[in-house]
Amino acid sequence: MKKMQFDGLIIGGGGAGLRAALQLAQSGFETAVISKVFPTRSHTVSAQGGITCAIAAADPNDDWRWHMYDTVKGSDYIGDQDAIEYMCSEGPAAIMELDHMGLPFSRFDNGRIYQRPFGGQSKNYGEGGQAARTCAAEDRTGHALLHTLYQNNVKNATTFFNEWFAVDLVRNARGQVAGVIAIDIESGERIFVQSKATVLATGGAGRIYASTTNAHINTGDGIGMALRAGVPVQDMEMWQFHPTGIYGAGVLVTEGCRGEGGYLVNRTGERFMERYAPNAKDLASRDVVARSMFTEIREGRGCGDQADHLLLKLDHLGEEVLNARLPGIQELAKTFAHADPTREPIPVVPTCHYMMGGIATNVHGQALTQDEAGQDQIVDGLYACGEIACVSVHGANRLGGNSLLDLVVFGRATGLYLQEALADGIALDPPAESDIEAATARLHRLDANPEGESAAELRTAMQKIMQDCFGIFRSGPDMERGRQELQALRERIENVGLADHSNVFNTARIEALEVQNLFETAQATAESATARTESRGAHSREDYPERDDANWLAHSMYWKDGVKDGEKVRRRQVNMLPKQVDTFEPMARTY
Amino acid sequence: MSNPLKVSIYRYNPDTDTEPRMQDYQLDTGGKNLMVLDVLEMLKTQDASLSFRRSCREGVCGSDGINMGGKNGLACVTPIDEVTRRGKLVLRPLPGMPVIRDLVVDLEQFYRQYAKIKPYLINAEKPPQTERLQSPAERARLDGLYECILCACCSTSCPSFWWNPDKFLGPAALLQAYRFIADSRDTATQQRLDALRDPFSVFRCQGIQNCVAVCPKGLNPTKAIGHIRSMLLTR
Repeated sequence: MKKMQFDGLIIGGGGAGLRAALQLAQSGFETAVISKVFPTRSHTVSAQGGITCAIAAADPNDDWRWHMYDTVKGSDYIGDQDAIEYMCSEGPAAIMELDHMGLPFSRFDNGRIYQRPFGGQSKNYGEGGQAARTCAAEDRTGHALLHTLYQNNVKNATTFFNEWFAVDLVRNARGQVAGVIAIDIESGERIFVQSKATVLATGGAGRIYASTTNAHINTGDGIGMALRAGVPVQDMEMWQFHPTGIYGAGVLVTEGCRGEGGYLVNRTGERFMERYAPNAKDLASRDVVARSMFTEIREGRGCGDQADHLLLKLDHLGEEVLNARLPGIQELAKTFAHADPTREPIPVVPTCHYMMGGIATNVHGQALTQDEAGQDQIVDGLYACGEIACVSVHGANRLGGNSLLDLVVFGRATGLYLQEALADGIALDPPAESDIEAATARLHRLDANPEGESAAELRTAMQKIMQDCFGIFRSGPDMERGRQELQALRERIENVGLADHSNVFNTARIEALEVQNLFETAQATAESATARTESRGAHSREDYPERDDANWLAHSMYWKDGVKDGEKVRRRQVNMLPKQVDTFEPMARTY
Repeated sequence: MSNPLKVSIYRYNPDTDTEPRMQDYQLDTGGKNLMVLDVLEMLKTQDASLSFRRSCREGVCGSDGINMGGKNGLACVTPIDEVTRRGKLVLRPLPGMPVIRDLVVDLEQFYRQYAKIKPYLINAEKPPQTERLQSPAERARLDGLYECILCACCSTSCPSFWWNPDKFLGPAALLQAYRFIADSRDTATQQRLDALRDPFSVFRCQGIQNCVAVCPKGLNPTKAIGHIRSMLLTR
């Protein structure tokens, strides 16, 4: 097998990966990005509404501590306060860098970056009313961000291996991660890419659900790779359902619609969010709005023949505002809902959108596991940033606009840490041939298997289980059924068949490898969700409707093959010790 | 299957085929006006060897630019009724580019032309502590330019790009060239124009506007090229 060697290897060419790569490329270290798609096709491109950060353009008195308060509250108190503090305080510098790189932000009349209101935002620690803190490039902020980062990587001559698929991590005898086995999709060639630092920036996995805003490529590849390498994942029960996916299509329409003054109505035309969140109304946190919508539908107040969706009303904002602030939404609504938002409402339904969980890391992007005694341990050689990571700044519920900030701030932080660590010198034991062989086993098994069920069939079966049993509202018996059905699916997924064994641009092979990653992600979700016997943030259980701080003010951590005596899910302590401010103590969470 | 959709797709797998061929499929669409990408996804469950690119399925990542019923566009936002002719949906790869397999073309040349125009902000001055201020009017000059998704529908519909893909930059790269010229924060306008003054880079554009006709984002590369042209000619 061909072998290549780099100082830093970044897997994933979305926002987090490109920001980390940029930092390393600028510092002169041999850096490579491998991405299964050309970088600008990554899912960051679909982010719409903006990037939340206290740059004090809309309100000169804005304060990153207020943003931190909102984020801690939004997380339902299991976001790590050291990480949230880092993100909110470092954010303004990271945003200014994006402007200097050329990101085409929308502007206020005074020339500063335009900021719009988003859900869960407040001034003065919840006391001063709605804030406007989300920096935006119209409603195409993710596109503008991703292209800007790619462009600056072109400028800095980052090495890209585009349309390469990462199969599995290579770990040496000491358990250090020494690189990855990859397939060059175009030729089918397999390569061992060795590196002193392997950064997972593979994004989310919304495709575990039947209905999602996520791109086809969001298949949890990093989660699969980590779990198979014995690295645990954290808070995997926490999946965000975005209130406004277009009914039937799943395509996202931004929370910025409601930020700009749009609102949701039920079949009687009632603005129902006034009942559920009297203060924030349509700009309550996403978990709150999604549950309220689901309740409206369940109680028979949904719209349409099936009474199974709600309507997002925007026409009262007028064409001028819609054209200036939400042009992309108009395009999407016309294409996927056949609705012109200047005249009629958009049919919407809560849709799987974001994975709050992922690989536990510290603020430097270093991957963490626990030893048998429950102490945090760094996984040498492995890093993670962006949606795949669980730093954790989102806890049990992410605030809108915080994902782009997360990926920029922690992509940058990972790069900053690595440039120092590489300068000091990183020494990993070289992997043995048998270590490389072990990371190739999955590929060999697939190559040797012309029989077996198709990836598409298995994927559909898994998505149905997840949609039915691990949705917005969950219950013990449903989840137990889902858990068992998934367990029964495992062997079939491990034996997934490959009908086409050709080499050149064989997307069937890639989809078979992806469905195995999706499955590991789904099972992590099922096991963690069953274990957490409370309701918190996005995890809402009908058999445990209350938050249980006495037992569950904690992260969950899941190991594929158990950590000790077959125990698969454990608790991990939440960091409540920010460095510059006092701890935000848990309170009842109302909007 | 009642009244199935007839689909004809360009197939070529260099592992097994000596030359390309068209393969016919039939698909029950349930009478729905699906997007072309939905059709491809459904056919792939019948025939796993069918290869095409796709990602966001909402017209913003630019992966699935193909030629449908003779016209370039994005499969994910093109309803089948718009491109089915005489009862048949004919799908081919983007024209003029080397085919890797089936509907997947080699875009290296396209990306090289993009990189050539220095697609990043250049500003020699030290950046301020905050953002570089830009008025809404200055920012509005970037509208219709920055939204490009690099799907290559335009450049691969342009005869000038077919004939001189290495020398003529093509509409996509030129749109981005103008995007940075138009940015009030960019100070390299002269340098950028100097790099474009040869007879090929810009001036091979014949103004036939195929690029405008196919752009799935409704952008107008011809207009941007016109701006560059007049800046070059009035210098």
